[in-house]
Amino acid sequence: MDFSLSEEQQMLKDSVQRFVRDEYELEARRKLVASDIGYSEANWAKMAELGWLALSLPEEYGGIGGNAVDTMVLMEEFGRGLVVEPYMTSIIIGGGFLMAGGSAAQKTVLLPKLAAGELKLAFAYAERQSRFDLNDVECKAEKSGDGYTITGHKGVVFHAATADKIIVSARTSGGSRDEDGITLFLVDNNCSGLTRRDYPTVDGLRASEVEMDGVTVGADAVLGSVGGGAALMEEVVGLAIAAICAEAVGCMDVLQETTNEYLKTRVQFGVPLSKFQVLQHRMVDMFMECEQARSMCYMVNLKVGDEDPVERAKSVSAAKVQIGNSGRFVGQQSVQLHGGMGMTDELHVGHYFKRLTMIDTMFGNKDHHLKRYADL
Amino acid sequence: MDLAFSDDDLAFREDVRTFVAENLPEDIAESARRGRPISKPDIQRWQRILYDQGWAAPAWPAEYGGTGWDATKRYIFDEVMAEFDTPETIPFGLLMVGPLIYTFGNDAQKARFLPTILTGEEWWCQGYSEPGAGSDLASLQTKAVRDGDNYVVNGTKTWNSSAHIADWVFCLVRTSNEGKQQEGISFLLIDMTTPGIDPKPIISIDGAHHLNMTYYTDVKVPVENRIGEENKGWTYAKFLLGHERISISEVGLSKQRLRRLKTIAAEERSHGESLIEDPTFAGKIAAAEVRLISHEYLNLRLLAEEAAGRPIGAEASLLKIRGTEIRQELTELTIEALGYYTAPFEMEQLSDRWNEPAIGPDYAAAQMPQFLFSRAATIYGGSNEVQRNIIAKMVLGL
Amino acid sequence: MDLEFRDDDLAFQAEVRAFIGANLPLDLQEKVSRGLHLEKDDYVFWQQKLNGQGWFAPHWPEDLGGVKWTPTQHFLFQNEQVEANCPPIMPFGVRMVAPVIFTYGSMEQKQRFLPSILDSTAWWCQGYSEPGAGSDLASLQTKAVRDGDHYVVNGAKTWTTLAQHADWIFCLVRTSSEGKPQEGISFLLIDMTSPGIEVTPIITIDGAHEVNSVFFTDVRVPVENRIGEENKGWTYAKFLLLFERSNSLTGSLKQQLHRLRAVAGQERLGAQSLMADPSFAAKLADYEVQLRTYEFLELRTLGNSQPGAEASYLKIIGTDLQQLASELTLQAVAYYGNPYIRDALVLGYNQPAVGPDYAAPSAPQYFNYRKTAIYAGSNEIQRNILSKAVLGM
Ligand SMILES: Cc1cc2nc3c(=O)[nH]c(=O)nc-3n(C[C@H](O)[C@H](O)[C@H](O)COP(=O)(O)OP(=O)(O)OC[C@H]3O[C@@H](n4cnc5c(N)ncnc54)[C@H](O)[C@@H]3O)c2cc1C
Ligand SMILES: Cc1cc2nc3c(=O)[nH]c(=O)nc-3n(C[C@H](O)[C@H](O)[C@H](O)COP(=O)(O)OP(=O)(O)OC[C@H]3O[C@@H](n4cnc5c(N)ncnc54)[C@H](O)[C@@H]3O)c2cc1C
Repeated sequence: MDFSLSEEQQMLKDSVQRFVRDEYELEARRKLVASDIGYSEANWAKMAELGWLALSLPEEYGGIGGNAVDTMVLMEEFGRGLVVEPYMTSIIIGGGFLMAGGSAAQKTVLLPKLAAGELKLAFAYAERQSRFDLNDVECKAEKSGDGYTITGHKGVVFHAATADKIIVSARTSGGSRDEDGITLFLVDNNCSGLTRRDYPTVDGLRASEVEMDGVTVGADAVLGSVGGGAALMEEVVGLAIAAICAEAVGCMDVLQETTNEYLKTRVQFGVPLSKFQVLQHRMVDMFMECEQARSMCYMVNLKVGDEDPVERAKSVSAAKVQIGNSGRFVGQQSVQLHGGMGMTDELHVGHYFKRLTMIDTMFGNKDHHLKRYADL
Repeated sequence: MDLAFSDDDLAFREDVRTFVAENLPEDIAESARRGRPISKPDIQRWQRILYDQGWAAPAWPAEYGGTGWDATKRYIFDEVMAEFDTPETIPFGLLMVGPLIYTFGNDAQKARFLPTILTGEEWWCQGYSEPGAGSDLASLQTKAVRDGDNYVVNGTKTWNSSAHIADWVFCLVRTSNEGKQQEGISFLLIDMTTPGIDPKPIISIDGAHHLNMTYYTDVKVPVENRIGEENKGWTYAKFLLGHERISISEVGLSKQRLRRLKTIAAEERSHGESLIEDPTFAGKIAAAEVRLISHEYLNLRLLAEEAAGRPIGAEASLLKIRGTEIRQELTELTIEALGYYTAPFEMEQLSDRWNEPAIGPDYAAAQMPQFLFSRAATIYGGSNEVQRNIIAKMVLGL
Repeated sequence: MDLEFRDDDLAFQAEVRAFIGANLPLDLQEKVSRGLHLEKDDYVFWQQKLNGQGWFAPHWPEDLGGVKWTPTQHFLFQNEQVEANCPPIMPFGVRMVAPVIFTYGSMEQKQRFLPSILDSTAWWCQGYSEPGAGSDLASLQTKAVRDGDHYVVNGAKTWTTLAQHADWIFCLVRTSSEGKPQEGISFLLIDMTSPGIEVTPIITIDGAHEVNSVFFTDVRVPVENRIGEENKGWTYAKFLLLFERSNSLTGSLKQQLHRLRAVAGQERLGAQSLMADPSFAAKLADYEVQLRTYEFLELRTLGNSQPGAEASYLKIIGTDLQQLASELTLQAVAYYGNPYIRDALVLGYNQPAVGPDYAAPSAPQYFNYRKTAIYAGSNEIQRNILSKAVLGM
C-alpha cells in the first residue's frame, strides 16, 4: 500500500500548479466566464501542448496512457484554480466513452484528435424526468434504413455549445427506466434536427438544453453495443465521479486555507477572529472534512478500475457521498466565517462554494449515492 | 394554556383573507409565487393598499397609525399574508426605524417621518456596519463632528441593503472618542440626497445588486435629525437590533417556502415517481417541517409572554438562530429538489421582461439565487455565532 | 499510489487468521461478539496466548520482545483480532506504561517491569486524572514529598479504569509548586498493595464497575520507582498520551458494524426486516461510508512513524463513529433497549432472554460509549490541539 505520488505525478502536479497560477487569477477567470464561449481556446491549446488532453488516453491512439491517479492529480489542481475548460466533458467522459466502448474505427479517427485538442465532446444524458437515474431515458432512437432517427430532449448538457460531437443516450428498446435497451450515439453538433438553447450555469460553466427532432445518424454513430449503453455509462460516469472528487478536494483545500488565513487577519473586538474558540473548532471541523474528503478521493481513484463491479460501484458511491457532505460543510462554513465578505461576488470564496454545491449535484447527489450504496 | 383561536379571531382571519383575496394585484402575487424579485414600485403599490385599509403597520401603536391588534391578531395577519404570497415587508422603515422613532424620537421627528414610512413613499436603509466594524459594531469609526446646527459626517458604511433605492438612511456615527466605545455613538437620520453621499454597488454571490458600500464625505446633517441624546445612540441601536432579530424569525415566510418546496417536490420526478414520494426526500421535508413547527411554537410562546407584559429579551436571539437556519434548510432542500436544473443561471429569466420559455421547469430559475442569498441570513442581523454568544451570556449566565 | 497489500502482507494476514482460528476458544469469542462482560481472566488468557506466539507487544523494540512489522502489518494484526472477536488488549501496561519505561526508564526499571507486563502477570492502571484536574491535567495536586529514599504520596486520583484489578499504577504527582504547573510533575510507578492506597468503585451510567477513585494517604514509594528525572514527568506523560490516542479503531468499528447489521437483519418492521427499510438502510449506508472514510484516513497516515496531529483527528472521528454505531444499534432494537437485567450480560445467564438475545447489551453499550468522546483527551481538547498545532490559530 502506498499513498505517495510518483515522480512523474509530482512533475505533473507542479506544471498544472504553474498553469493555474499564471492563467487563473480570479480576474482572468472572471473574464473567461463572461466571454462568448465561456473558456479559453488558447488554454485548451496549451493543455494539448502540455500533453494533458492526452493524459488518460491510450498510447496507441496518441495518448499517454495515464491512470486514474494521474487524472486525479490534474483535476485536484484544476479544482484549486476553478478551471472552466471542458476537460471533464471532453477528455474524461468523451475520451472515457471512446476508450470503453468505441469501435476500432471510432478510436482511430477520434482519439488522436481528442488528444491533440482538435475535437471536443459533450455528454447528453439527463432528461426532465430522469433526475439522477442514468437509465431513465425517454429520448428515442428508431431504426431507419442503415442508421437511426433520434428524437427527444436532453437537459443541462454541459459544454454542448462548443462540442463537435455530442454523445447522446437514447432508447432503442425497452421501457422508460429499463437498464436494457439504451444505446449511445455520437451525434454531430451541427446536424439537422438538433437545436440547442445555450446558457451559463451558476458555477461559471456553460450548458444547453438539446432538442432532437428526427436527427438521423448512421450505424457507425453507435458507441458501444446497441442496447448495452447502461453498463458503458456506469463505467464512464464512475471515472467522471472519481475525477470530480479530486476537483472538489482542490476546491475545499483552497477554502480551508483561505478561511484559516482570513480568521487570523480579520480583527473584531480587538483580537483576530482566530482567537474565538467556536471559530477554532469550526475550522478544525472544516479541516477534518478536507482530510476525509481527500482520503475518499484517493480511495476512489485507486479503486475505480477494480475488477469487482460491486466493489467498484460501492467505492464510487461512497466517495461521492463523502465529497458531497464535506463539500457542503466546507463551502457553507467558508462563507459564514468570512461574514459579509463571503457573500460578495468579488471574493473567490463564493465561487468555490458555488462550484462545490454543483459538484454535489453532478452525476447524482449524496442522497442518490447513499441509496445506491445501500442497494448494492 | 390554550391554543384555540377565539370566534372573534376566526372571524378576523376570514376578514383578512377576504381583503387580501380581493385586493392583492394578480401580477404581484404571480411574481411572488415565482420567487421573482419584487420591484420597489410594486412593493409600494401593495403597501399603499394596506395603508388605505389601515393595516400598513399592524404592530405599531394605534396612535401612530398602527392597528392596536393583540399578538394573536398580528400573528393571524402575518399568517394570512404568507398564505397569499404577498410581498415581503421591507424591514428598514416599518419594522426598524419606525418603532425607533415613535419610541425615542421627538414630536417633530414623529410628524416628519412616520407618515411616509406608513404610506411607503419614503424608503429607508440601515447604516450600521463598516468595513472594520461588523460583529464588533461598537468599534465603528464614521465620524460626525458638530458644526453649528449641523453634524459633518465623514466615513464609510458597508453592506447597506437597498441604499441605492433608499431616500433615507439611519446611521450610527461616532460623536465622541472618550470613555467606552459604546458611549460615543449617536443615531442620525440622513437624507440620501444630501451632497457627499455616494453609494457604490456590491454584487453578492447570487449575482444581484442588493448591497452597497456608502461613502460619506463632509455630509451635512441637521442636528434636529439626531434621535435622542448625543452619545446615547448605542441604546437606541440595541433596541432596534432586538426588533430586527424578531422579524428575521420569519415563521410565515418559511411556511410559504415550505409550501413552495412541496409543490416543487411534487412536480419533480425521480425513478418514475414524484420526488415527494421518495422516502428519503419526504423524510427530509418532514424533518424540516417539524423544525418549523417547533420554531413556530417558540415564537408563539414568546409573543404570549410579551403580550403578558414580559418583553422579549435575549430570547430574540433564539428566534433569529432557528429562523435563519430553517430558512437555509428550506432553500437548500428546494435547490436539491431541482436536480440538474439548479445549474442554469440565466439572470434575465427573473425579470418580468423575460418572455421566452423557461429553461427547465418554470419554477427553477428563482431558486438558486434564493438559496445563495439565504446564506447571508446567518451573517446579518448579528451573526448566529454572535447570537449564541449573547444567549450564553444573557440567558445561561455563562 | 496503490492500494494493494503486498504478498508478504497477505501471507501475514493469513497467518494471523490461522493463529486466531486455532487459539481463540468459542465461548470467549461468543462473549466478545455478543458484547457480554469479560472477566480479568478472559483478558489474561488471550494476552498470554498472544505472548506465547511472540505477538503480544509487537510495537516494542525487538530486543525487548517486539516484532519487526511494517505499519501495514501492525494495522492488519490489530484489525484481524478485532474482526475475529478476540478480547481487546488491556492497554495500560503493554501500550501505555511500557513505551514510557523502555523510552525513558532506567535499565533496572526495564528489567523489573517489562517481563511481567509481557506475560500479563502484572496489571497496570493509569493514575492521571484527579477530581480537580481533568482536561487541565497539569493542574493536578496529588503531592509527592521526598523523604529519604522514598516519596510520600498524598492525594486522590479518579476515573481510574480497572484499578480494582491492578497490581501497579503509573501516576503523575506534584513534586514542585514552583514555575509553570507542567514543570513540577513527576512520573511514579506505584505498587497497588502499598499501605495507604484505597480503591473505591465508581458506577457508570451503564451500571458497570469500570472506573474507580484511588485515594493515597502517606503512601511510601521508593525513589527508584520514579521514571526519568524529577519534575520532568510532563514530558513522559505527553509522550504516553500520543500512544493512547493513536490506537487503530478501524477493526472495532467494523465489528460494531457487523453486529449492527446482524441486529438490523433480524429486527422486523412490518413484513420486512429493518435492513429493508429505506430510511434505516440509508442511515446504515451513511455509517458505512463514514467508516470507509475513517479506514482510508487511517491507512493514509499509517506510514507516519510518530503519531502527531493525525492522532487527534482520528480520535475525534473514530470515537464519533463508535458512538454513532452504538446509537444505531440501540435504535434498531427499539423497545427491547429498555429491559435491564445485569446478569443477562454474563455468559451462562440461564434464563431465556427478554426479547431478542442480542438486545441486552445495546443500551449499556450506548451509554457506556459516551465516554469515548471524553477520555484520552476529550474531543473538544483534541480540537484545541488541532487548531493550534495544525492550523496555527
Ligand atoms: C446580505 C447582507 C445584508 C446586510 N445588510 C446590512 C444593512 O442593511 N445595514 C448594515 O448596517 N449592515 C448590513 N449587513 C452587515 C451585517 O450586519 C454584517 O455582515 C454582520 O454584522 C457581520 O459582520 P462582518 O460581515 O464584518 O463579519 P465579521 O464580524 O468579520 O465576522 C466574520 C465571522 O466571524 C464570526 N465572529 C465574529 N465575532 C465573533 C465572536 N465574538 N465569537 C464568535 N464568532 C465571531 C462571525 O459570526 C462570522 O462568522 C448586511 C450583511 C449581509 C451579508
Ligand atoms: C470511562 C472513563 C475512563 C477513564 N479512565 C481513566 C483512567 O484510567 N485514568 C485516568 O487518569 N483518567 C481516566 N479517565 C479520565 C479522563 O481522562 C477525563 O475524564 C478527561 O480528561 C476529562 O476530564 P474531566 O472528566 O474532569 O472533564 P472536564 O475537564 O471537567 O471537562 C468537562 C467538559 O468541558 C470540556 N472542556 C474542558 N476544557 C476545555 C477547553 N479548554 N476547551 C473546550 N472544552 C473544554 C471537556 O471537553 C468536557 O466536555 C477516564 C474517564 C472516563 C469517562
